[in-house]
Amino acid sequence: MSRIGVFVCHCGLNIAKTVRVSELAEFARTLPDVVVAEDYKFMCSTPGQELIQEDIRKHNLDRVIVAACSPLMHERTFRKVIENAGLNQYLLSIVNVREQDSWVTEDEDVATSKAKALINGAVYRARLLQPLVSRFIDVNPNVMVVGGGIAGIQAALELADTGKKVYLVERSPTIGGHMAQFDKTFPTLDCSACILTPKMDAVLQNSNIELLTYCEVEEVKGFVGNFDIKIRQKARYVDHDKCNACLACTEKCPGRGVSEWDEGLVRRKSIYIPFPQAVPQKPVIDRESCTFFKKGKCRLCEKVCEQAAIDFEQKDTFREVKVGAVIMATGYDLMDTKPLVQYGYGKFPGVHHALELERLFNSAGPTSGKVVMRDGKTEPQSIAILHCIGSRDKNNYEYCSRVCCMYSLKFAHLLKEKTHGDVYQLYIDMRAPGKGYEEFYNRLVEEDVKFIRGKAARVTDKTDNPDHAGKLIVEVEDTLTSQFVTIPVDMVVLSPAMKPRQDAKDMARLFNLSTDKYGFFMERHPKLAPLSTMTDGVFIAGACQSPKDIPDSVSQGMGAAAEALTIVVKDKMELEAATAVVNSAACCGCQNCVRVCPYGAPMFNYEKNISEINEALCKGCGLCAASCPASAIITRHFTNDQVMAEMEGLMEI
Amino acid sequence: MDFEPRILGIACNWCTYTGADLAGTTRLKYPQNVRTVRVMCSSRINPSFIIRAFQLGADGVLVGGCHPGDCHYGTGNLYARRKLAVTKKILEFAGMEAKRFRVEWISASEGKKYAEVVEEFTHDMKALGPQTKFKIKKD
Repeated sequence: MSRIGVFVCHCGLNIAKTVRVSELAEFARTLPDVVVAEDYKFMCSTPGQELIQEDIRKHNLDRVIVAACSPLMHERTFRKVIENAGLNQYLLSIVNVREQDSWVTEDEDVATSKAKALINGAVYRARLLQPLVSRFIDVNPNVMVVGGGIAGIQAALELADTGKKVYLVERSPTIGGHMAQFDKTFPTLDCSACILTPKMDAVLQNSNIELLTYCEVEEVKGFVGNFDIKIRQKARYVDHDKCNACLACTEKCPGRGVSEWDEGLVRRKSIYIPFPQAVPQKPVIDRESCTFFKKGKCRLCEKVCEQAAIDFEQKDTFREVKVGAVIMATGYDLMDTKPLVQYGYGKFPGVHHALELERLFNSAGPTSGKVVMRDGKTEPQSIAILHCIGSRDKNNYEYCSRVCCMYSLKFAHLLKEKTHGDVYQLYIDMRAPGKGYEEFYNRLVEEDVKFIRGKAARVTDKTDNPDHAGKLIVEVEDTLTSQFVTIPVDMVVLSPAMKPRQDAKDMARLFNLSTDKYGFFMERHPKLAPLSTMTDGVFIAGACQSPKDIPDSVSQGMGAAAEALTIVVKDKMELEAATAVVNSAACCGCQNCVRVCPYGAPMFNYEKNISEINEALCKGCGLCAASCPASAIITRHFTNDQVMAEMEGLMEI
Repeated sequence: MDFEPRILGIACNWCTYTGADLAGTTRLKYPQNVRTVRVMCSSRINPSFIIRAFQLGADGVLVGGCHPGDCHYGTGNLYARRKLAVTKKILEFAGMEAKRFRVEWISASEGKKYAEVVEEFTHDMKALGPQTKFKIKKD
């Protein structure tokens, strides 16, 4: 006979407004084996928790049911509560009467009767719950950071400073990410490279950080505390141990590839470093454009290299790395605006997107910092900056990309500084939420930038006005004056939506993460746990989680480092206790379980001719139990009897 | 008499159950005829659970799991997909109306889809009326 306590939470009015909570407690009292039922305003608060603990002692409870918010919210909380009162934490059942009841109906009768059925189900199950013993395993103290942009760099530096070893994996030949492409950053107009390169250098110098550039994650095995990750080191065709970064090879190379760094505005050598301050500052060969790889001739770089560092025989190599936690900081891409044909990107040479303009501004860029048209010499006399291209758009990305208003203001300021042209700013709203942001906007208002409140409808080169021949015409409704306006300009700059990387979904699959409908990695909770994911031990930081500016990316990098530390600072961690176990008497030796388990937890014992489950590997999914023809596998906490008992209780009311 | 179907829902912890929670945090409104059992993975579902549900008088059974390829445990839902497809065929063979058992792949970010599926399934069960073929009559 069990002694069950049922605790119904009001959650303020969240539950109590729709579910008649005292009636629910009253109903619970009538159920067999329920010796006490209470209702209280906030069960998760200190007095609420103490109420449960007191009742456990007073009534000698051996099972506890809490009817409140989703178990995904507070199961952990209440498990600790009952553990502190002397009960095994698995003798708890949470009934979701909020997210899946009071919040999804307005009908009190419906909500209350459903809650009764749910509690009945929980009581049926609670009678069969068993205490489970926790096991502990060693934790690997190292951390991997995937992505070497500003968020990843910050995370790596924080962790390394605590003494932890960090593997910083970056796909491109250098760290720095998109931030290294910028010229100046808002609102301080700090030179981006000036604030970033010291951090990049710190990464290089820090003996706790192993920098793995030109590497990709290939395979992820294991689980929190013990990840086993396979990394592919892509062939650079340059031996970085021998190379002394003299860059003589880059001077002679005849091959040309499209410069990813300069957003395709110019071409670069086939043997190259992406930019002068690249870390590591050693070149790689782009196989696709290299004359030797394409035609079998050349090898000039090899001839001029005094260190004999060129190695055309290099192959991709693989390496296994063991870590206790992972931080994903893979960043963003800008939306490709070519499909938005109304803006003419890719059709009209005068139309640029934001990153292209950054490269024009940048003194190390393709035009040495001069803002000129694509011919390389003509200065634009008039430029229009178009906000919200693809963002806040039901046809593309419904969200606001958060940074574009600010960088568009920055562009306006720099354009006024670097050109003598007229600058038009076409915006829907002016979003300046950060520290110093509104002040920056006010500064721009004084700078003779022509603000037009309206989203640009179209960019065209057709005009009836002979004065506007050869110009781009931007058509927009000025919503403040309710007039349709056409603006002739030389150059148009688009502020495209910030979106997840092209392969974000593939990365998510590797690490077992969820993505939202846009492809951003899903956080465990958007408010309370923005940096952790549903996969224990894998954290996220920066723009891969959602569009954000540099200060927020840095903060999240630091935050994710702290999150990762909560795992790796411990020597041991608690294993999942709700694992599967084989009833050896019933096992028929078919090895179905061995075949299906994604973790290799069941192993066949050839001496006894039965399967045995390695509890350190078992994640408790239950696939083996459902695959066993002899019903010989018991999944603790979700046994057949427990599940079917719950079903009986649910259907009884 | 207004028939209100009683539907047993079985939802996997990582995707469908979380998606159902999201429908709640979004405050979507949908019929409350589904009583949900949470399992860790749709692969946990033994076909006997489905049959038992109908024996207990469920008018419909709605199973939810992660989209194939996105299972939190890698491949669990791929086995579930096949197992439950066979289960459906066996139920039909045994005389159960096919529509009473539905399997849906709903991810953690698809709160809206969860609400829509529940609405649709409830509507279908209302049209079919009470399930009597497997229900064990209590004396």
